[in-house]
Amino acid sequence: MDIFLQQIINGLVQGSIYALVALGYTMVYGIMGLINFAHGEVVMIGTLVSITVVGLLIGAGMPAGLAGLCGLVVAVLVCMGLGWSLERVAYRPLRGAPRLTPLITAIGMSIVLQNLAMILWGRNYLTFPPLLPKVSFELAGTHFTLVQVAIVAISAATMGGLLLLIYRTKLGMAMRATAQNPAVASLMGINANRVIAAAFVIGSALGALAGVMVGSYYEIAHYQMGFMLGLKAFTAAVLGGIGNLAGAMLGGVLLGIIEALGAGYIGDLTGGFLGSHYQDIFAFVVLIGVLMFKPSGLFGEKAGDRA
Amino acid sequence: MLEVTGLHVAYGGIQAVRSITFHVNEGETVALIGANGAGKTTTLKAIARLVDAAGGDVHFRGEKIVHAAPHDIVRKGIALVPEGRGVFPRLTVAENLRIGAFIRNDAVDIEKDLETIYGYFPRLREREDQLAGTLSGGEQQMLAIGRALMSRPKMLLLDEPSMGLAPIMVHKIFEVIRAVAAAGMTVLLIEQNARLALESSQRAYVMESGEITLNGASTALLHDPKVRAAYLGE
Ligand SMILES: Nc1ncnc2c1ncn2[C@@H]1O[C@H](COP(=O)(O)OP(=O)(O)OP(=O)(O)O)[C@@H](O)[C@H]1O
Ligand SMILES: [Mg+2]
Repeated sequence: MDIFLQQIINGLVQGSIYALVALGYTMVYGIMGLINFAHGEVVMIGTLVSITVVGLLIGAGMPAGLAGLCGLVVAVLVCMGLGWSLERVAYRPLRGAPRLTPLITAIGMSIVLQNLAMILWGRNYLTFPPLLPKVSFELAGTHFTLVQVAIVAISAATMGGLLLLIYRTKLGMAMRATAQNPAVASLMGINANRVIAAAFVIGSALGALAGVMVGSYYEIAHYQMGFMLGLKAFTAAVLGGIGNLAGAMLGGVLLGIIEALGAGYIGDLTGGFLGSHYQDIFAFVVLIGVLMFKPSGLFGEKAGDRA
Repeated sequence: MLEVTGLHVAYGGIQAVRSITFHVNEGETVALIGANGAGKTTTLKAIARLVDAAGGDVHFRGEKIVHAAPHDIVRKGIALVPEGRGVFPRLTVAENLRIGAFIRNDAVDIEKDLETIYGYFPRLREREDQLAGTLSGGEQQMLAIGRALMSRPKMLLLDEPSMGLAPIMVHKIFEVIRAVAAAGMTVLLIEQNARLALESSQRAYVMESGEITLNGASTALLHDPKVRAAYLGE
């Protein structure tokens, strides 16, 4: 079996998930310069909501695939509402406040959401029921499962859809205009509040989708899972150039691949001193490296003067 | 059509506009001239609701707009071409024009108006798919005017359309402004180039340190010794 190719495939799967989450960070940042650190928790809520819905429906005799689809729809709707409320309740009153204020609020919101999830779903690890048949394929010395194929395909299609929305619709044009010059955008009749709310709602919908994917990929979920996932997706957004959509997509996939290759070879690299469970360090090495050497990221234009 | 009464605007402690009163009648082109820092831009921003008025009133077609939301101003029929053009640099030329029509839903007429703008400024059609940030200053000014017209405004506010442009470009742009005005548009024109402004308008107001100090028919002001000395360099 070809370890290198295999790890690229694993990285692509994980990276697609990072990319979806990173888009939520980058859309909000691009429009209002805010890093919504509670976004990882929105993803977590998406996973837990879908677990509950899927569990109930399967218990009622619905086939797993269909139950998964229903769970996804409910999770997306709940997260859209959550993203909208976050903006409305936590961030909008702070518009125009010093930059640190909404940042601290974001951290506060993420603690609130974690605790809320702990109360609703408990402290224990929950198992996510398998949604797709456990079929696996072999190609050129690599193995991959139906779930992996579905994750990559659905992510790619969703991101394509997002690009169409942003670059081909009136709402997308309004979002881009507001990101570039909010005052002049308002002269065009664009209501900045609506555009900002749209960025939160769309980002949260992508986050919910990512949450369902993580759940069905690892078949496990926990109220604290949003923290690490959020941090890594944020790293991916910074790697691509925060505020840039294509950057978030590429940054996510790259980070997934770097991590997977790192995990695959870390044992060899350190003479067996560190094992693959140390894979989390790669994300942070990347984050520190980008912030030190190219803070504007791969596609970033002027992240430096905003942050 | 536009009535500004006792308008007052302050930035923190700085009184940028002090209780000014003026009006623009339907179909008129009115110029507002004055030196750097006189408060011209601030006046337009207050009308367009980009800054809050500290006092006074603004009425447009009889409706009080001094507390309107900024994104509602264009719906009432006022389009501002901001100082420094304010084109969206990472939207294409065509997208900049289309976003000017953001408040409209009449797709067919939007396409027609796009053609009209390209008729005024053929240069923009040639650069239709180019990012606006890559245009020259004069082309960006054309784009900003075209974008404002795309909302089908009842009144156009222009903030120094000649700023930083070569004479030939200024000539082209003012040709279009005069043509639009001749077709019935109401225009409030801000200019540092006082001669150009007075030659392009019927009436004018002179602003100094936040106050209106003179007003009258533009031809009369062109011959006013004070105006000639202070603003026409004679
Ligand atoms: N955002 C701001 N904050 C503080 N002061 C401001 C601000 N904008 C303008 N001012 C001040 O208000 C006064 C009027 O400025 P304004 O831009 O309206 O003048 P102007 O007549 O348009 O000048 P110019 O011909 O240079 O464009 C100036 O003293 C300026 O320094
Ligand atoms: Mg000015």
